[in-house]
This record gives sequence, structure tokens and C-alpha cells, in this order.
Amino acid sequence: MASFLFGTAGFVLTMVALGLVVILQRPAAVDHMMAAQLLGTGGVAVLLLLAAATETPPIVDVALLLALFAAFAAVAFVRSAPDQESDVLETTSGG
Amino acid sequence: MTLALDIFTVSAVSAGVFFFLAGTVGLLRFPDSLTRLHALTKVDNLGLGLIVLGLLPQTNGLFGGLKLVSIWLLVQLSGAIVTQLIAGAVRQHGPHG
Repeated sequence: MASFLFGTAGFVLTMVALGLVVILQRPAAVDHMMAAQLLGTGGVAVLLLLAAATETPPIVDVALLLALFAAFAAVAFVRSAPDQESDVLETTSGG
Repeated sequence: MTLALDIFTVSAVSAGVFFFLAGTVGLLRFPDSLTRLHALTKVDNLGLGLIVLGLLPQTNGLFGGLKLVSIWLLVQLSGAIVTQLIAGAVRQHGPHG
């Protein structure tokens, strides 16, 4: 059972990392944020699988913190978006 | 009994990993930002949900299981809110905002 859980954890990690590398090549900022969200959820899944595989329950706490920080990161991204727009507006109206 | 629980774990975790695969492929292949968000929420809800469901028989005691379920609930709640926020930002500022 432990080797199966290790294998799935490695598979999920590889897939999320591949997605992250491909998406970071794209220009849109929203895609980068979605890649970070995928990494957050995938990281939680990998940590939970590792906690069950190695029978180390404290890893579950790390997964909990990662889930919390992924939410904070997205909220920070959305809150920073209006500032960027007002910069653009000031630049266009000033020029 | 242990064998049945192990089979349940293997099948549920495999289904969850399949949804991770589908979500990543969707994120890479879908044409615009809102459909990519749709693929992302499938990973949050079904992928992680099925993995947590599969890991429940492997936890020790009621407390460990409750903790796993609460992590999944947190991810689902924050995922739903974050998806709404990102979709609102895309609608207001376009995909490059």
C-alpha cells in the first residue's frame, strides 16, 4: 500500500510540475495564478498521500497550511488587479 | 476486511489522480481563461475529494479522518471563493490584468 501511495504522489507531483512549467510560458497573468492554484491543490494532495504512505501524521498539518496559503495568494492577486488597471488608466489619460 | 479497505483506497485514489490528470490537461488545452477555471475547480472538488476519501481508511482514529475531511472542506470553500474572484477579475480587466 505504501509503494502505491508513493507512486501516486510522484505522479501527481510530476503532472502539476509539468503543468506549471508549460503555463508559465504563457503571457496572461491569470494563467499564472491558475497554475499556482493547481500547485496549491496538487501540493495538498501530494502531502496527504505522503502522510499516509510514511505514516507521519504531522505532514497533514503542512498540507493544511499549504491550502491556507494558496487561498491567501489568490486573494492577494485579485486585490492587486485594480491597482494595475488604475496605473494603465493614468498612463493612458496622462499621455 | 483490510483487503477490502485497501481495494477501496486504491480505487478512490486512482479516480482522484485521474481527475488531477484531466484538470491539468484541461488547464493546458482549453481555449480561454473561464473554461480553464472550470477545469481547475474539477481538480479542487473531485480530485482532492476522491484522494481524501480514499485515504480515510488509512488514517488512525476518528481525529485523523476528521482532519483530512476538514482540509478538503477548506480547499473546497477557498477554491469556490477564489474561482469567483478570479473570474470577476477576468471579466473586469481581461486575462492580462
